[in-house]
Amino acid sequence: MSKLRFATVWMGGCSGCHMSFLDLDEWLIPLADLIEVVYSPIVDIKVFPENVDVTLVEGAIANRDNLELIHVIRRNTKVLASFGDCAVTSNVTGMRNPLGGPEVVLDRAYRDAQLLRPQIPDDEGIVPPLIQRVAPVHAIVPVDLFIPGCPPSAKRIRAVLEQIVAGKHVEMIGREMLKFG
Amino acid sequence: MTPEELDRTQERELADDAKYEHQVHVCVGTACVALGSATVAKNLEAEIKASGRDGKVKVRCVGCPGLCALGPLVEVEAKDKPEDEPATLYQYVKPEDAREIAESIGGAPASRLQADTRQPFFTRQTKIVLENCGRIDPERIEDYIAAGGYRALEKALFEMQPQEVIDEISKSGLRGRGGAGFPTGLKWATVAKSNSPAVTRVPDDILARKFVICNGDEGDPGAFMDRSTMEGDPFRIIEGMVVAGYAVGAGKGYVYVRAEYPLAVKRLRSAIRQAQRSGMLGATIMGSGFNFDIDVRLGAGAFVCGEETSLIASIEGGRGTPRPRPPFPAESGLWGCPTLINNVETLANIAPIISRGAAWFAGIGTEKSKGTKVFALTGQVNNTGLIEVPMGISLREIVFDIGGGLPEGRNFKAVQTGGPSGGCIPAQYLDMKVDYESLAQVGSIMGSGGMIVMDDQTDMVEIARFFMEFCMEESCGKCVPCRVGTAQMHGLLTRISEGKATQAHLDTLTELCDMVRRTSLCGLGQSAPNPVLSTLRYFKSEYEDKLVKDGQNER
Amino acid sequence: MSAKTLTINGKPISAREDETILEAARDAGIVMPTLCHLDGLTDIGACRLCLVEVTGISKLLPACATRVAEGMEVRTDTEQLRKYRRMTVELLFSERNHVCAGCVANSHCELQDVGIAVGMDHVRYDYLFPKLEVDLTHPQFGMDQNRCILCARCVRVCDEIEGAHTWDIFGRGVKAHVITDLNQPWGESLSCTSCGKCVMACPTGAIFKLGSTVEESVKDRSKLAFLKNARDKKQWVM
Repeated sequence: MSKLRFATVWMGGCSGCHMSFLDLDEWLIPLADLIEVVYSPIVDIKVFPENVDVTLVEGAIANRDNLELIHVIRRNTKVLASFGDCAVTSNVTGMRNPLGGPEVVLDRAYRDAQLLRPQIPDDEGIVPPLIQRVAPVHAIVPVDLFIPGCPPSAKRIRAVLEQIVAGKHVEMIGREMLKFG
Repeated sequence: MTPEELDRTQERELADDAKYEHQVHVCVGTACVALGSATVAKNLEAEIKASGRDGKVKVRCVGCPGLCALGPLVEVEAKDKPEDEPATLYQYVKPEDAREIAESIGGAPASRLQADTRQPFFTRQTKIVLENCGRIDPERIEDYIAAGGYRALEKALFEMQPQEVIDEISKSGLRGRGGAGFPTGLKWATVAKSNSPAVTRVPDDILARKFVICNGDEGDPGAFMDRSTMEGDPFRIIEGMVVAGYAVGAGKGYVYVRAEYPLAVKRLRSAIRQAQRSGMLGATIMGSGFNFDIDVRLGAGAFVCGEETSLIASIEGGRGTPRPRPPFPAESGLWGCPTLINNVETLANIAPIISRGAAWFAGIGTEKSKGTKVFALTGQVNNTGLIEVPMGISLREIVFDIGGGLPEGRNFKAVQTGGPSGGCIPAQYLDMKVDYESLAQVGSIMGSGGMIVMDDQTDMVEIARFFMEFCMEESCGKCVPCRVGTAQMHGLLTRISEGKATQAHLDTLTELCDMVRRTSLCGLGQSAPNPVLSTLRYFKSEYEDKLVKDGQNER
Repeated sequence: MSAKTLTINGKPISAREDETILEAARDAGIVMPTLCHLDGLTDIGACRLCLVEVTGISKLLPACATRVAEGMEVRTDTEQLRKYRRMTVELLFSERNHVCAGCVANSHCELQDVGIAVGMDHVRYDYLFPKLEVDLTHPQFGMDQNRCILCARCVRVCDEIEGAHTWDIFGRGVKAHVITDLNQPWGESLSCTSCGKCVMACPTGAIFKLGSTVEESVKDRSKLAFLKNARDKKQWVM
C-alpha cells in the first residue's frame, strides 16, 4: 500500500495545533510508516505540492497569503480538514473582526504601544497584508472535515488520523471529538 | 342615552341636516390633512359665510373617502340629488380654490377641479366598514347617530341574549380581518365560555374579569386600512367593542393603537369621551344594566405588538414580546383573564351585521370568505388609496379597474399582499378570486389588507431583501430563529443582491426559510420568510441570475 | 391531582396534569437539549431547542411551556427536529463572539454542551462579529455581552427568586441585550443586591465572578432550585 500524501498548513493561528500534533509522541513513529509528509511548517518544502491526499489546515484565513494559498490547497487536496478552532470558527484570530478590521489592531500593536519609531510593517513582498475580515476556512473554500479544539487534543488528533489512514469515514460525535475550546 | 333619547337625537340631527340645501364634505384623513385640507375646510366655511349662505350650505369635515391619490378631496352633495346620482367630487383642492368651489355650489360644477365619479374606483366598491367614512364628522357622536349609529347596540342589549349575538356573528361567517382569518364567532364563543381565574393579576382599580381588545397596531409597510377606519368612523369601532363585550361577558375594553397614528388616537379618545358622556360607555349602557368601558393604550412603535400575546404584554406594562400559545388569549389573556382580541376592521363589521342580520352579510363574498375587505392599494398603480371590495373579486378588477392600472408605459409584474408576512403574486394569478384560501394557495396571505402593485422594473430579490430587513429590525429578539435567522437571511439576500453569492448560499437561504418558518415563537418569525419563499417560487430565475457561477466565493 | 398518560417517542408515560412535556420527558429519562429553561424559573419558550412534534398539531411546540394532555403522542427526536436544533445552535454561535478558548465558562458551558449534543462540528452561517460591551463596574461580578445568548435566565432569576428585577432586556432583534436597571453600569445599580444568582443562572460565561479565568466558572445551580422549593413548598431539602 502506498503511503498517504499528507500535508499540514499553518495559517492565521498560534501553531498550538501543530504542537498538539507533536504531542502524539511515540505514535508519530508508526504514523510515519503510513504517511508521507509532503508539506508542513515542520518540513522544509516551500511550494504546496499537487496530488495531496490529506491536508490539515491550522488557523483562520487572516492575510492575503492565506487567501491565495487556501485556493491552491483546495485544488491540490482530496481531503481538506479544518484543524483546530481558528480554522473552524476563526476563534482568537477572528477577535479583531468586531474591533473594526486590521487597521485598528495594527495601530494598537505597532503605533500606540511603541515609544520608539512607531510604524506598521508593510513592506511589499515581506509581510503579507491583513485582509479586512478574518474568516474560517469553510467560508472561503469547501472543507471536508472539521476537527475542533483549541488545540485539538493529541487523543482527538490520533482518533481522526487513525480513521483517515484506515481509509474510513471520520465521524465527529460526542464530547471527546466535538468540544470546542 | 336611552333608546328613546337615541331616537330623538337621530330625528333632531336628520331634521337639522334637512335644513341645508347642500352638504360639503372635506376629507380630513391623515393624507389630505398633510396636503392642507384643514385650511381648505376653513376657507370654504369663510367663503360660504361671506356669501351669506351659511344657513343653506353645510361644511362638514369627514373621514377618508378613499382616493388618496387625488387628495385633498371635497365633495358637494345637493339635498334634492337623485339617489343613484353621484355627488360632485373635487380633486387636488388647494386652499385658494375654496372661493371657486363655494361660488359653484347650486350652479354648474367647477369643472377645472372636478373628478370623474363614474370611474370604476367609485362604482366597483362595496362599502360596509367604510360606509360612514367620507360621510360623517368623526368627531361628532351626533353625526354617527344620525347615520344610524348605535342601533346595533340597542338591538343587542334590549332584544338579544349574549349567546344570540354570538350565534349571529357565527352565522354571518365573519372571519378575523387581522390576517389569519380565524372565524370571529368561534373566537367569541371561546371567550364567552372561558372561566375567569379565581385569583387574578388584574390591577385593583380594574374590576373586570374578562376583556375585549381592539388591535389597532397596524404596522405593515404601505397599509393604512385601520388608520382610516379609526380616523373616519371611530364610533363604529367602539360600538362593535361594546357589542362584543356584551356577547362575551367582558367589562372592560382596550383600543391598542400605535403612537404613530396621532390623529386616530385623538379621534378615538374624543369618541370615547363623547360615548361616555352620552351613556354609550360606562355604567349601565343605554339604561340596560350592562357595564362596559374603554381605554386607549398607545403602542411604542414595535411591529411585533400587532401579535396578540405581545400586545397583551404591552398593555400590561411589560416589554412587548410574545409568549407561547397555548394558552390562547381567549382562555388566558390580559392579566391571565379570558380576552377577546379582534382587529379594527373585524370590529367595524359587527354593528352592520347585528343591525342588518347575518344573512345579509353572508350574502356578500365567497363560500368561505364572507363580507368585504378593505385594502390599501399602493405602489405602481394610478389610483392609490383605500378601497373596500367584496370578497371574491379578482385581483385584475382591483388592480386594473378600481386601481386604474399601472402608470403609462409600465407593465404589471406582481402584486404583494399581506405586508412583510405575505407574498408576491405574479400575473398568471390575476384572475384569481381574492379570499383567504386562494391567497394562501398561491403562497401569500390576506393579511391585514396591504396591497402593493409592482411593475416590470421591480427587482424581486430587492423586494424580498426589503421585507426581510423590516422583519429583522422588528424582531423582538426573544426567540433564536427569528432574532438570528432573520439577520442571517438578510445577510444572504444582501449577498445575492450584490452578486457575491453561490448556489450554496441560495440553498442555505432556502433551508433557513423553512427553519425560521417552522420554529419561530410567534407569527412575526413564522411568516418572515414568506416574501422570500413566494419570490423564490415565482421569480427564481431572478435569484439565479445574480449567483456567482464558479462555485467559489472570493472575499 | 389527576394523572395523564401520554407517549413520548413511543414510550408510554404517566405524568401529573400540571407537568410540562419537558418535565415528563426528563422524569422518564428522555434527554432533550435546553438553554432558556432553568428549574425553578417560569418558562418562556425562547431558545426553541426543546421543540417537539405532537400528533395532530401542525405547529411544533416547546416542551418546556406545553402542558401534558391525555393521549398526547410526542416525538422529540425526529430527523427534522434534530436538523432544526442544530441550526438553532449554529445560529446562536454565529450571533455573537463566542470564543470558547478564552472563556471563563469553557468546559462548564451549557451552550458548548448543547453544541456537542446536536453534533455541531462547525457553523455554516456567516459570523456576525458584532462589537459588544463588557461591563466590569460591579465589585464582584462581570458581564460580557459577547457571550450572552439572551436566554433571559438572569432576568427571571433576579425578578422571580431574588425579587430585585435588576436585569432586563433592551432593544430589538439582534441588537437586543441585557441591561441592569435603566441601562446603567452594573456597579451603579441601586436595585442589585449582589446576591450572585444571575451568575449561577447564566448558562454561558456572559455573567461571571470577577477574578475567574478560563475554565474556572463552575456553577452550582442546585441552590436556585433549593431556594425556589424552600419558598414555594416550604421544603428545606437539597
